Amino acid sequence: MSMELRTSPHLVGDRSVERIMKHVVLSLLPICGFSVWQYGLSALALLLTVTATCLATERLFNRAAKQPSTLNDWSAVITGVLLALTLPPAFPLWMAVVAGFVAIAIGKALFGGLGSNVFNPALIGRAFVQAAFPVAITTWVPAFSAQRFSEFVPTTLTAPLMMPPDIVEWVKLQAVDAFTGATPLARWKFENVVASSHDLLTGVVTASAGETSAILILLCGAYLAARKFMDWRIPVAVLGSAALTAWLFQLYDPAHFPAPTFVLLSGGLMLGAVYMATDMATSPVTPLGVWIYGALIGVVTVMIRYFGGLTEGVMYAILLGNALTPLIDRYTQPRVFGTRQQGKKK
Amino acid sequence: MSEPIETQTTPSGKMIATMALVASICGVLIVGAFEGTQDAIAENKRIMLERAVFKVLPGAASVREYAATSTGIQPLAAGAALPEGGVKFYAAYDQAGVLKGVAAEAAGKGYADVVRVLYGYDAERQVIIGIGVVSMRETPGIGDKIITDQTFLKNFEALDVRVNAELSALANAVKVVKHGSKQNAWEIDAIAGATVTSKAVGRGINESAQKLMPLLVPHIAELKS
Amino acid sequence: MSLPNQADQGITFDTFMEGVWRQNPVFVMVLGMCPTLAVTVSAVNGLSMGVATMFVLVSSCLLVSLIRHLVPKEVRIATYIVIIATFVTLVDYLIQAASLALYEALGAFIQLIVVNCIILGRAEAHAAKNPPLPAMLNALGMGIGFTIGLLALGGVREILGAGQLFGVSLFGASFQPWVVMVLPPGGFFVLGGWLLLFAWWARRKEVRHGA
Repeated sequence: MSMELRTSPHLVGDRSVERIMKHVVLSLLPICGFSVWQYGLSALALLLTVTATCLATERLFNRAAKQPSTLNDWSAVITGVLLALTLPPAFPLWMAVVAGFVAIAIGKALFGGLGSNVFNPALIGRAFVQAAFPVAITTWVPAFSAQRFSEFVPTTLTAPLMMPPDIVEWVKLQAVDAFTGATPLARWKFENVVASSHDLLTGVVTASAGETSAILILLCGAYLAARKFMDWRIPVAVLGSAALTAWLFQLYDPAHFPAPTFVLLSGGLMLGAVYMATDMATSPVTPLGVWIYGALIGVVTVMIRYFGGLTEGVMYAILLGNALTPLIDRYTQPRVFGTRQQGKKK
Repeated sequence: MSEPIETQTTPSGKMIATMALVASICGVLIVGAFEGTQDAIAENKRIMLERAVFKVLPGAASVREYAATSTGIQPLAAGAALPEGGVKFYAAYDQAGVLKGVAAEAAGKGYADVVRVLYGYDAERQVIIGIGVVSMRETPGIGDKIITDQTFLKNFEALDVRVNAELSALANAVKVVKHGSKQNAWEIDAIAGATVTSKAVGRGINESAQKLMPLLVPHIAELKS
Repeated sequence: MSLPNQADQGITFDTFMEGVWRQNPVFVMVLGMCPTLAVTVSAVNGLSMGVATMFVLVSSCLLVSLIRHLVPKEVRIATYIVIIATFVTLVDYLIQAASLALYEALGAFIQLIVVNCIILGRAEAHAAKNPPLPAMLNALGMGIGFTIGLLALGGVREILGAGQLFGVSLFGASFQPWVVMVLPPGGFFVLGGWLLLFAWWARRKEVRHGA
């Protein structure tokens, strides 16, 4: 009989990085599916292109750094899918390639790869293309157009480096009812029109590829939280603080500020709260820190939406939260058992 | 450092002498450069101004600077300071010496920085007939549409800036309205997606015209020579 | 960074080449970043800024070197600054006389050449300790190095940000400009890219020489 001698820990958990990542990807599949069902070929091409670019960039930097391949930890896939879901469905593919490259190269590889990155890579990619191509990233297309499974939106196949064609005529041809070409948030900001909660919940509004259906995102998030692959406190803190802030504003001036439900369901807040803010490498680890982090993101998002020049603020709010994460962690360190609190006299 | 450094203090006289020497060399250089380039700079500034004015007042061939104050209008010598409470404007004449119009500068706070524009004013019809951007730092591709967007520039083909009966202000304040909802001749149709910059232009023109027009209109005949 | 003592080395090839390559102010020493990031939205702007700085650098180093035995060390910095400010004022007038459009594009950064640390650094570290000829050569090298750096940044930013190089369209009318490149963040991205390239190149050379 052979006896194996090992030092502790003797019980090894089954929660490896790959396993967590795989489940996150799995939980994203319904959202991707819904997006493709809504927007057809263009959304599918966008998802595949961005993910493939992210994987290729990850491999390239592995090679350059002479490291073993990190493709099979699935993190690059998550970055790619999440990035694609935050882009407009008919985003030109060549710009999507730029976004994917920037996300992995600048957002992750230059910091030293998975776990060393300060910011959520997918959001770095989006922030870059938002600044680089401000027009293309606010060009929206109607969902459920008749030929969505047989033809691409003209902008999708723009030749590399070239300007996407004007799609006003194309959109008219689709004859989709009540398509305004503006997101619910933009319509609220500039026209004071508040979209109905029903439309926002089921996703029949103008938006990025994957942020339309609030219900679906919540369900997928609930699955992850239930399986403990995600810290449920972060989305709860983000959404809670956003709702509270919005509620206070509405209390102050109901004519100007929309209801908390509109704030929660519109734009990328759901997707951001559930999938972006919860990125393990870029969110705090202490219990108190997690609440502070989430609450900060919620409040900043609402502030940017209400008072900033942009219509949507989730991306910058989360990036700001990421930047503050090390600081939050540092100030919320729990006391080591048996030691005295710093600053207290004996 | 452990051991004190041996310091040899230079006598103040020498220090002052050296500084004086260097300062005088530098002074001579600067004065020389100023004298040498003064004419070229003035010429450059004149050409630039003329080009800008001719753009907003087509057909003009010469430009004169004026200042409008509550006591009337008087020519402004090149480089002279603007009188207190005065508004600077440019009168443009065609080849035959007939007044083509008046140009003035307007400035409004845009998205990134102050947007400065020059507008051309037709004294006969009391309308603005063209604008040109003097300086701005708006987002390329969005805010800079105020230079390129043809529908936006159409606003300034005949923008109403009539003064009211009491000659105290504009009859109708120039106003920027939401894209596609222009109804009156004194309204500016904003560029969709570049509302902030459009509003900066509109606000700037309104502010400038409200100040200039009441001072200018009673004396416009003095310019026609 | 401690600069080596550069007193009276005479003229070597390195007197000139030091600034151009080995101690390139932009890519190696990372000095004078304010104009480097701010004005390099196009190749022409980068080139003009580089040449203006080079003019100030060479002329002030010449003057500093000429009077190096006269200046008491207590007032040397003040003297250098007066000299540098003089030449900056000269450049300011010259650019206005040459082209007002260029003057507007470069904006306050012409006046800010005064506080460009490359110039004071050269005056203090080299020109004050060397005869006029080597001082000028060294300053010229630094100026050329700085211009190369600005040109490299301005070129990339103009190509991506406007689809042009020196105002000549490269990709035709339907080119999609990368707006971010002409905004301040673009300056940081491109500078970072060049620094990465230089660091990688230097490392490779080191490894090769070591092997």
